[in-house]
Amino acid sequence: MAKHHVSTIINGEPVEFLCDTSQTLLDVLRNELGMTGTKEGCGTGDCGACSVTLDGDLVCSCLVLGVEVRGKAIQTIEGMAAGSELHPLQRKFLEHAGLQCGICTPGILVAARELLKNNPDPTEEQVRYWLAGNLCRCTGYNKIIEAVLDAAREMRGASHA
Amino acid sequence: MTVEVRFESPASAQEAVVLLASAGGHGRVLAGGTDLLVQMRSGRLAPQLIVDVKGIEEMMSIRELANGWQVGASVACMDLVRHREFAAAFPGVVDGANWIGSIQVRSRASMGGNLCNASPAADSVPAMMAVGAIASIEGPNGRREVPVEDIPVAPGKNSLAPGELLVSLFFPKQGPQSASAYLRFTPRTEMDIAVVGAGVSLSFDQKGVCTAARVCLGAVAPKAMVVPEAAQALIGTTVDEVALAKLAQVASAAARPIDDKRGTKVFRTKVAGVIARRAAEKALERAKGSH
Repeated sequence: MAKHHVSTIINGEPVEFLCDTSQTLLDVLRNELGMTGTKEGCGTGDCGACSVTLDGDLVCSCLVLGVEVRGKAIQTIEGMAAGSELHPLQRKFLEHAGLQCGICTPGILVAARELLKNNPDPTEEQVRYWLAGNLCRCTGYNKIIEAVLDAAREMRGASHA
Repeated sequence: MTVEVRFESPASAQEAVVLLASAGGHGRVLAGGTDLLVQMRSGRLAPQLIVDVKGIEEMMSIRELANGWQVGASVACMDLVRHREFAAAFPGVVDGANWIGSIQVRSRASMGGNLCNASPAADSVPAMMAVGAIASIEGPNGRREVPVEDIPVAPGKNSLAPGELLVSLFFPKQGPQSASAYLRFTPRTEMDIAVVGAGVSLSFDQKGVCTAARVCLGAVAPKAMVVPEAAQALIGTTVDEVALAKLAQVASAAARPIDDKRGTKVFRTKVAGVIARRAAEKALERAKGSH
């Protein structure tokens, strides 16, 4: 059977790829398009390492088929920094040491960005609930939560300027 | 997942039914994919045809009708949670939908999928049963409608015939002093599977006497169950301390749980009463707030 020809938008750029029905979006990103920023953790939607947005919804790319993204807009970690300038969340993760091994970090950054889009001034509890689907086995989470709250503070300040 | 699989995205439920019927039991419906893709990955399922139903308007829309609400079977839980009018009318259903997985999972997972997947611990199922939701099913012989509680049959098994497709869920309008709630017990506050779940719906008259009730339990039997005798403990009362104690006792007596890694039989039996009571208290509080 012929492969599916899929046209989509990734980080604002039109992208075309070929895939089999059974290939997940995660597989397509990493293995067909060479976008290895998105990580595979569990492959079953439990860990959130492969988080991307699909038409603005935060999803696990391991639970989306490549063929499903036809005509949709995807945002991945590769679209987060503006050239060499890191996104405030990325800077704050470095400042607060919100990562160690780094496997969970792209997914958490993508998820945290969506949280701050929806809620620029979240409480600590709201951050913890929002990120409940992103597992980290290194940090113990506190540094991640602090980094997100600090980034939110900075971004609120910047938007008032 | 290396075998070639046919993929179709029909625009109508009738087309989807024809496709599913043609696959002779080897077709699978793809809505949010949060169960299907996991089952394919584990090797438990190897469908020859995947029918993506997200192009079917009725399956993806939330509509207020004269006598209730129609929710597409494939509407993502987050879309339902964010729908203010529906959430105000059926807070218990939204409680259930909002407990499923993470934000990432709820952005894709649907209540129709939750129902057809037929897990005894499915959070949205007792919540839907409590408000008397009706499932609308398209099949080779046309439409049929059945109460939501008739869909799960056993763990992982539903009552849909080959070629049938759950298209939408209907929620009959509740009276003015009515409310619902769903609660569950889990060791963690998020990203967990119910050890016990309870959905309760209550209606009151002007004097605050309970005129109608439904009490439903999840994770304490091979499928979510309606417990009419628990509802009877509340009807005709003001849902006071005596009625709530009776409710808890009857709900525990109705539970037929198993021992597993999430909880023992003894624990689940006791907690069924506790959670049913707390869900009733929450529904009561909400119904009072809706005056």
